[in-house]
Amino acid sequence: MTETLSVPSSRPPFTYLIEAIKKNFNLDWTLLILLACVATFGLVILYSSLGKDQMALIKLIVKIAFAFGLMLAACSISPQTYFRLTPLFYAGVIGLLVAVMFIGETSKGSQRWLDLPFLPRFQPSELLKLAIPLMIGWYLCLRSFRMNFLDFCVVLAIAGLPTGMVLLQPDYGTAMILLLGCAGIIFLVGIRWRWIVLVVFLVAASIPVAWLYLLHDYHRTRILVLFDPDRDPQGAGWNILQSKIAIGSGGMNGKGLFQGTQSQLDFLPEGHTDFVLAVIGEELGFVWCTLLLVCYLLIFMRALYISIQSSNGFGHLVGAGIAIIFFLCVVVNVAMVVGLLPVMGLPLPLVSYGGTSAVTTLVSFGVIMAICTKEQWMVKE
Amino acid sequence: MKIAKARLEVSAEQKKTMLVRTFVVGGISLVLVAGIVLRLYQLQILNHERYATRATDNRLVTQPLAPARGLVFDRNGNVLAGNKQVQSVSAVGENIEDINALLERVREILPFSADEEESFRKRLKNTSRPGEKVILKRHLNDVELATFAVNRYRYPELSVTTETLRDYPMNDLMAHVVGSVRQITKEDLQRLDPIRYGATMFIGRRGVEKFYEDALHGQVGKRTVEVNVHGRVMRELTREPPARGRTITLHIDAMLQRIADEALGDRRGAVVAIDPSTGGILTLVSKPTYDPNSFVMGMTDRAYNHLINRRDTPLFNRATQGTYPPGSTFKPIVALACLSEELVDWEEEINDITGEFRLPNSSQVWRDWYQHQSGRGQGKMDMYRAIYRSSNIFFYELSTRLEVDGLARFANSFGIGRATAIDVADAVDGLMPTKQWKRETKGESWYRGDNVNLFIGQGDILVTPLQMATFAGLLANRGEWIRPRLLMSSDQPIELGEAFTRSYPRIEGPSEDDWTMLVDSLRAVIHRGNEGYLQNGIAWAYIGMDIPYEMAGKSGTVQVVGIPYGEELVEEPREEYKQEHALFFGFAPVDEPVIAVAVVIENGAADGGGGSSVAGPVVRSVIDAYLGKSVAVISD
Repeated sequence: MTETLSVPSSRPPFTYLIEAIKKNFNLDWTLLILLACVATFGLVILYSSLGKDQMALIKLIVKIAFAFGLMLAACSISPQTYFRLTPLFYAGVIGLLVAVMFIGETSKGSQRWLDLPFLPRFQPSELLKLAIPLMIGWYLCLRSFRMNFLDFCVVLAIAGLPTGMVLLQPDYGTAMILLLGCAGIIFLVGIRWRWIVLVVFLVAASIPVAWLYLLHDYHRTRILVLFDPDRDPQGAGWNILQSKIAIGSGGMNGKGLFQGTQSQLDFLPEGHTDFVLAVIGEELGFVWCTLLLVCYLLIFMRALYISIQSSNGFGHLVGAGIAIIFFLCVVVNVAMVVGLLPVMGLPLPLVSYGGTSAVTTLVSFGVIMAICTKEQWMVKE
Repeated sequence: MKIAKARLEVSAEQKKTMLVRTFVVGGISLVLVAGIVLRLYQLQILNHERYATRATDNRLVTQPLAPARGLVFDRNGNVLAGNKQVQSVSAVGENIEDINALLERVREILPFSADEEESFRKRLKNTSRPGEKVILKRHLNDVELATFAVNRYRYPELSVTTETLRDYPMNDLMAHVVGSVRQITKEDLQRLDPIRYGATMFIGRRGVEKFYEDALHGQVGKRTVEVNVHGRVMRELTREPPARGRTITLHIDAMLQRIADEALGDRRGAVVAIDPSTGGILTLVSKPTYDPNSFVMGMTDRAYNHLINRRDTPLFNRATQGTYPPGSTFKPIVALACLSEELVDWEEEINDITGEFRLPNSSQVWRDWYQHQSGRGQGKMDMYRAIYRSSNIFFYELSTRLEVDGLARFANSFGIGRATAIDVADAVDGLMPTKQWKRETKGESWYRGDNVNLFIGQGDILVTPLQMATFAGLLANRGEWIRPRLLMSSDQPIELGEAFTRSYPRIEGPSEDDWTMLVDSLRAVIHRGNEGYLQNGIAWAYIGMDIPYEMAGKSGTVQVVGIPYGEELVEEPREEYKQEHALFFGFAPVDEPVIAVAVVIENGAADGGGGSSVAGPVVRSVIDAYLGKSVAVISD
């Protein structure tokens, strides 16, 4: 009591906190503006895709605002804290994934969701997009960023263990992105080119084996309809065919917001989630699709730029790793929607409807801003 | 602390590698985005047209709109065929997963009969178009409608539809005139114009409905609608309304039809009445008959089989398709043929003493109908008396003077052996035999005996009641042809082919006197009375004694079972379907005829009755009613 009262009036309560935040407030305005642009664009297109549902729009605005708040919070935390908490965070996410395997909720044939008390329903696999780069960065710090074969195996295990659990859900899209992200980080660390060639060769060689022995029939169908959606226009080819029709019919300038026939008449499935780009393509056309892609590219470039300016290897590696995963999400989703990759059930970051995705994406960028600081920092033992 | 810092620091060489590789990653990302933009360019710019078309095909559906079928009226404006709206519960076959389970669930709220179930299952198997609605239960009443509406969410496969059904308010009375419609089948659709019949559910099957199908059907309309992925119509974009079918009015007089129907009673037979001045068919009754409404609704197999297997064949249109030997009703035509050829005149007399006739050098005996009753002949006989007494002997004699082909040519000009009605669907030709016909069908030459039979309207000759009424009208018109027709008027002109509307020339041959004498002799059949039995017209006693107007007519009693050469007709009780047919035609008033009627009563001449006593009174009651002089018919 007396101690609290003895605080001098010139130092009001929370001052320490505010100062701590000021000290570590590494907000990158360029990134913030670009992210806000994309998120706003997403809100507009979702409003159309959801049939001008104003209640849904308000809920979305609240969610996005909340996610931006979390991003600001995330960028205010010191890099040391991230570094120290990384193993704990990673272990926590693994624990959540285990929980998903047992008490997860199933939706559309895969068990991805966790509904815990006092928390909104979320997908723990989304957290891996943050946890895996952090954990690999953390481990490589211990190894002073030099990798021998054993380190290589450990890094693969760090990514492989949770990715395997994601595969079991099954969520092939996320698993693929996590593995590719991991590969990206290993590439950045400086793995030798001949190893890279070897890995690429091995992956290429394993494709026929996977085709014959690992893939289910419906996987093969999904891949085959990619080349010819009309081989099963009412079944496996439906999504991709309708998506291409939506995008193609949009033309240069689109049919106008709210005017998309494919999206408004429900020919386009998942128009507010995975196939939201098709709605953009149909209603706003080539121009706005390209603008959106350029925005994503700028975000990615800006994130890479921040990461290379880090004072140390942890920042560089983790920042770039998170950015790579983000960018892969965008590219894989868009490639899927325009019919270049099989349908995998991946959202378009910041635009698709879905809370966990938006929160993890924005928090990820908060983390990038926080740890990729030019200032020298050390881990206190 | 030191160690930790050392861990975070990257060597300069390492840092350079990481920097280079980060640039490589950035480069790769540029390439990827460029690739995707190129793909978008391909989809949205290069192939835009193709995908735009497919998007349009997705959302726009052109639906045909069924026209309302044209109405059919009688001459007094009574509706013979109309349309009515009924509420029905129907389902689309493609949406049904388990038909048994569905029917089980429906039964809980909406009881339906075994017949309805059967016809539902049958139609489901035979739908003519994909997505066609098949009706489970028709004619929902208010309670059923409300019950279904409340429980509707439980039956997503079912829907309530308002249907326009054909309605025949006169039920079985007009069945053989108007005919009926039936539901279009897959087979129909293969021959019908797929656009014109795109939305039509029914097609004319018989009668006027069949003959005037084109005119009654109307013109199909169409609308373009925007649908969502589930096929639900979101909005209508364009609409070309269908054009209702022609409204047509028939010469038929429903009141007269009813009287003819009642006069026939439960007997099998036909009544056809024609207005000789217009050719208009006033009455066309064939009995037994059926309810055409049952064809609209679709019958169960059982009901249909029952209908077609009945021995008295209610679906058979006796008036237009039933063929009967004309018997003595043919005699006036034979008389005119021989008069035109000058093979006989009104003065020539023969003496019928025995009532028997033999051909030269033949032992075969032909008898007069009177000879069967009395064993005697009817005495001195000229043409006039031969007609009012219906003498067979006189016409047997004429059969030796005229070749069959000559008679056939003349009879053809009276419409015997060919269908002459303009717009009667499926009317048959009947048969007028010739030498060539007999050679071709029986492989035999024409015998003199064939001529003898033919000249009293027996043997191979066959006419329909419609043809009988037609030549009755011709006699009434003294040879002036006016082809029989059903259509009196329509709201807009109906184009029929030239073959239908072609008019026939006046009958050539008989002189003015011949016509006058012939019609007078036909008048005597009915009006010549109180002269003693052998001098009275043979129909006088049955219909002529109290007749308040001038009428001409002729009776006929024809054998159903052929009598082989050299055998006598055995007078013994015969089975009903082997009894003689009773025929009669008449027209009135004699001087300015307004109606000609023909009646055939199948196997009606039981118990010694004949055309005059059985069919005559039916003709009389129809004419009585038409002339508005309802006089009690004395039946014997």
